[in-house]
Amino acid sequence: MSAWSITEPTSRQKWIAGILVVLYAVITIIPLIWIVATGFKSPADAISYPPKVLFEPTLEGYVNLFTTRTRQTEEYLAANPPQTWYEEIVRQYDMVIAGPSRYGERFVNSVIIGFGSTFLSVFLGTLAAYAFSRFKVPLSDDLLFFILSTRMMPPIAVAIPIFLMFRTLGLSDTHLGMILLYTAVNISLAVWLLKGFMDEIPREYEEAALIDGYTRFQAFRKVVLPQATTGIVATAIFCLIFSWNEYAFAVLLTSGTAQTAPPFIPTIIGVGGQDWPAVAAGATLFLLPVLVFTVFLRKHLLRGITFGAVRK
Amino acid sequence: MAEVILQGATKRFGSTVAVDDVSMEVADGAFVVLLGPTGAGKTTMLRLISGLEKLDSGDIRIGGRSVVGETPAQRDVAMVFQQYSLYPHLTVRENLEFPLRSPILKTPEDQIRRKVGEVAEVLHIAHKLDNKATALSGGEMQRVSIGRALVRDPAVHLMDEPLSSLDAKLRSGLRVELKRIQSSLGATMLYVTHDQIEAMTMATHVGVLDHGRLVQFGTPREIYETPVSLYVASRLGLPRINALPADVFPGAPPGARTIGLRPEHLVHGAGQEGEVTRIEQLGDQTRLHLRLAGHDIVTLTDVHTDLAPGDRLAVAPRNALYFDAAGARIG
Repeated sequence: MSAWSITEPTSRQKWIAGILVVLYAVITIIPLIWIVATGFKSPADAISYPPKVLFEPTLEGYVNLFTTRTRQTEEYLAANPPQTWYEEIVRQYDMVIAGPSRYGERFVNSVIIGFGSTFLSVFLGTLAAYAFSRFKVPLSDDLLFFILSTRMMPPIAVAIPIFLMFRTLGLSDTHLGMILLYTAVNISLAVWLLKGFMDEIPREYEEAALIDGYTRFQAFRKVVLPQATTGIVATAIFCLIFSWNEYAFAVLLTSGTAQTAPPFIPTIIGVGGQDWPAVAAGATLFLLPVLVFTVFLRKHLLRGITFGAVRK
Repeated sequence: MAEVILQGATKRFGSTVAVDDVSMEVADGAFVVLLGPTGAGKTTMLRLISGLEKLDSGDIRIGGRSVVGETPAQRDVAMVFQQYSLYPHLTVRENLEFPLRSPILKTPEDQIRRKVGEVAEVLHIAHKLDNKATALSGGEMQRVSIGRALVRDPAVHLMDEPLSSLDAKLRSGLRVELKRIQSSLGATMLYVTHDQIEAMTMATHVGVLDHGRLVQFGTPREIYETPVSLYVASRLGLPRINALPADVFPGAPPGARTIGLRPEHLVHGAGQEGEVTRIEQLGDQTRLHLRLAGHDIVTLTDVHTDLAPGDRLAVAPRNALYFDAAGARIG
């Protein structure tokens, strides 16, 4: 008997726990599967009732997502047979492809703004957290509370002042404006999360580096940063998830050049009837970057969440 | 290698004075041990010399140059910390190379390899060089962190209880090794410890600290034989010096309040009679606990003594130490 022995769960308890976990997983994953499946349905299948679980997959949704189409006269259609597989899909409805849609640009905007603001939040957050953790900052408790207080109301509550401010400063509908805005929202999370991680790193490491002949900044870079990787990655994931999915400010402040994907996807509905497969296709593609980013770094994320719970 | 001079060094943390007007000269090549209980200011002194803490007043000179305005890197000191000293994200080799690769030293690659190899050999960690620093045992970690100080050739080595986290066997081995390395390099070393065996065996000089003040500085012999106060006297010696009211034995000098009796100050078989309360057989020595005129004292006796608890034994002082009411030694 070891001093910390834990009672083994009985096999019945294990079964019940297992069933609950599977049930929860199924419930959470159904909407996702629904979206992904709808992206491959034809418009008729997408709205059929009862919903179709088995259907003939088509790339129509994806073609519609990336293109704009126009109706053409029968003479024109007869004179110009379709050249590619995606033109053929469009021809079923007596339409031709007029050009690319704006989804690509919006997606790129999302990448620039999402990753840009994540980088900026984590960069500033790391430096601020290090300073709060290591130096005697005057009024540091008040400053930390002030930083946290920016999260005490929903950011959208200050939408109107921000809208006016952005208009005056010429930041409306610019990448820079959106990056700054998302950074402002995320920075409090980043500072607080990272301060926790920095506090866990004993300062003896840096002191050893200072004596070993390094400057404060070199010690920070070579000794503190590598040990804070887990925290930095976990923080980055949280920041990215927020700025990637943000909808309200994006609707309000972007319309053209800097519009991100979230406000764009619903507008697809209006183009040529209610094109649910194209919406679903847009949503599916939009999920991918965060999914890849998170899966790629999930080892760090898990360690990040349990950090501090286990003493080495 | 250089001498270190402290002049009126003072450091406060809020209202507590951690280091109080300390003046001390550590000669080139000296091995100075700082002794004192927890909170006496030993570690703070090392941190002041290394530059991790800033002096409030006074001056510190290393190799004749005032270092008060310099960063730790500029001071050219090496320090071994009590714990947490290895960089956990690096291998043992990278840990040892770290100081050599600093922007201040910028050692050429072949020299780095040679130095790291030599030090690893001396500290018996050559076979662990490519392990992660966190995959070592406590003793190995501490040897690597000592190694990180030894790869360099700094003006001063500062060591903050480097052996305290090791087991007894490793500690005694490393103690001999450290002393050998220090004298063969001719390195100047400041060494903080609680362990009086380390102090007695390694030190060329011992500094005794009490609440941030340096109360005595001298060779281990001087500290042991002619302590300036009861406080200093009780820092060295095993079993600890016995402090009794001076009037327990006749012949105390005027003004004496306390008599300090080390085991060698007690002659058995004559004088005041006491009762044996306990015998402790330690193998190489046997400790004798006596109840004498209402006071407990501990002394040494024959390893194979016939005494047993309850026996009566007379003891008398010989060349004892006397202290006045303030604890200062008389005579």
